[in-house]
Amino acid sequence: MNRIDAQPTSGASDTDRPLVFDVQGLNVFYGDFHAVRDVELPVRQNEITALIGPSGCGKSTVLRSLNRMNDLIPDARVEGQVAYHGVDLYGPEVDPVQVRRHIGMVFQKPNPFPKSIYDNVAFGPKIAGVRSGLDDVVEDSLKRAALWDEVKGKLSESAYALSGGQQQRLCIARAIATRPDVILMDEPASALDPIATLRIEELMFELKEDYTIVVVTHNMQQAARVSDRTAFFTVEVGEDGTRTGVLVEFGDTSTMFTNPSRKETEDYITGRFG
Amino acid sequence: MTNRSVPTTGDLVAGALKGRRLDVGGFVLVVGLLLALLISMIVLVTLIADMIQQGLPVLAERGWAFVSTPLSPDAHDAGIVQGIMGSLGLMLFVVVIAFPVGVASAIYLEEYAPDTRLTRFIVANVRNLAGVPSIVYGLLGLAIFVKLLGGITGGRTLISGGLTLAILVLPIMIITASEALRAVPMAIREAAFGVGATRWEVIRYQVLPVATPAILTGTVLTIARAFGESAPLLLSGAVLSLFFASPSGATLWDFVAHEKYTALPIIVFNWARQPQKEFVALTAAAIVVLLAILLLVNATAIVLRDRFERRT
Ligand SMILES: Nc1ncnc2c1ncn2[C@@H]1O[C@H](COP(=O)(O)OP(=O)(O)O)[C@@H](O)[C@H]1O
Ligand SMILES: [Mg+2]
Repeated sequence: MNRIDAQPTSGASDTDRPLVFDVQGLNVFYGDFHAVRDVELPVRQNEITALIGPSGCGKSTVLRSLNRMNDLIPDARVEGQVAYHGVDLYGPEVDPVQVRRHIGMVFQKPNPFPKSIYDNVAFGPKIAGVRSGLDDVVEDSLKRAALWDEVKGKLSESAYALSGGQQQRLCIARAIATRPDVILMDEPASALDPIATLRIEELMFELKEDYTIVVVTHNMQQAARVSDRTAFFTVEVGEDGTRTGVLVEFGDTSTMFTNPSRKETEDYITGRFG
Repeated sequence: MTNRSVPTTGDLVAGALKGRRLDVGGFVLVVGLLLALLISMIVLVTLIADMIQQGLPVLAERGWAFVSTPLSPDAHDAGIVQGIMGSLGLMLFVVVIAFPVGVASAIYLEEYAPDTRLTRFIVANVRNLAGVPSIVYGLLGLAIFVKLLGGITGGRTLISGGLTLAILVLPIMIITASEALRAVPMAIREAAFGVGATRWEVIRYQVLPVATPAILTGTVLTIARAFGESAPLLLSGAVLSLFFASPSGATLWDFVAHEKYTALPIIVFNWARQPQKEFVALTAAAIVVLLAILLLVNATAIVLRDRFERRT
């Protein structure tokens, strides 16, 4: 067996913040297809954890298992433990709807609702039962998403009239509006131009004061710039040609990028891979 | 040394970019398509022009009385009020039954049903049902609503006819609503689930508002289709006669509750069979009214769609 096991990179700081997610032995299947195998991933509070690796290595799959978005894919199956503040997210009494209120998500392509800017942000709190102070929630969320100054005069206009970068910040505001604890971002800047990308990165930096962020990115510089910890995934091709995603290495971003302990990581980071 | 026969880069580029080739295949295709369009337009315009030309004298002479007087064996007195009321009553049934049942079925099939073999079997058969000739639905209506459930429907009444038409358009209703729902991007559903919406909240607040214009347009066009049906009504009890007693009152409900009914296409069919020359003009006039109503319905569909689309 030539399986790749995750190894902690040396140098993890000893002033570790509390664990938000503790993923143990995570396996995800799509029908018969084994998409990711045996992932161990600690995510710590008020940190940005980046998931990197080549296309198809299961980054999105792992991310989506953190707020039970995989439940929406009919033949997806999740095995193993995803502990969220010590609670098993896949426990029998856990309601995925409640999970997603605490663990928000921002998607690869900006996907605002075809409604007004205001209604986009207000939707989450509304269905959560918030009746009064909705205007304040909307304003506060838009401010935190660094969009307020650009849209404050046109909250009733369609979200579709915004630029791509603004739409993505609106989606971040929408995620913030339910007052989550964690924000999951799946390549949030991959559809944006460099300047809009930079704004999203700055925003992530500000947001980690109040939230825990897990971000998928295929952009090495981005991972190096914004994240505190990095998890590097790759695709393991079996003898029968099956492609399974595995975690190769996890550790402090600075250490990972300057002194990776695995050859695969080094090759990928320096661009000698795929 | 300079060799003039060697072309410069500019010459090569010019040679590659200039010089139009005649795209014969494309040209023939476009001409063929235009011709096909032209032929169908000519046929349609001729038919409509012919009907208007024949029917206009009757409409001009009789005016509003043509649409407000009851049937009569006397061509000079015959009107179509029973047909219009009958058709309106039938459409009421179609809207009240086929619309909610059709949309609900579509929501179930598209948003809730797991993708199993049973679901796919049902979807395939809904499509098959939409292709069944309407006369078969007439037989079904005769057997079920007129005979079997005659105690409830009253037999050959507008209720039986309305139920038959509702069943007839139900598969089309389900298909149009399903297609409208399927056209809503997955990204919108994901976004709504992502902020903690339940499946019903996702459908109610995000999916349905996006799908509504298409569902409404489909519904109106489906109603228009039911409006023109005659075969199933002939079997399920519409009166095929030059004359029958009109209900006493004048409200739509009086026509619905009346034990005898007919519909506009039935009157057209019946008048067209009459040997007397006067009925030719009457038939044309009734057709003009039928077309005018259909045009109105289709225009409503367009206005509805535009209204809803501008809101987003
Ligand atoms: N809904 C799905 N159904 C079946 N296979 C899927 C589905 N989503 C992803 N996969 C497969 O799982 C693997 C990992 O995909 P993904 O998590 O999207 O990778 P990444 O985000 O790293 O590019 C890929 O081989 C992909 O084809
Ligand atoms: Mg991905």
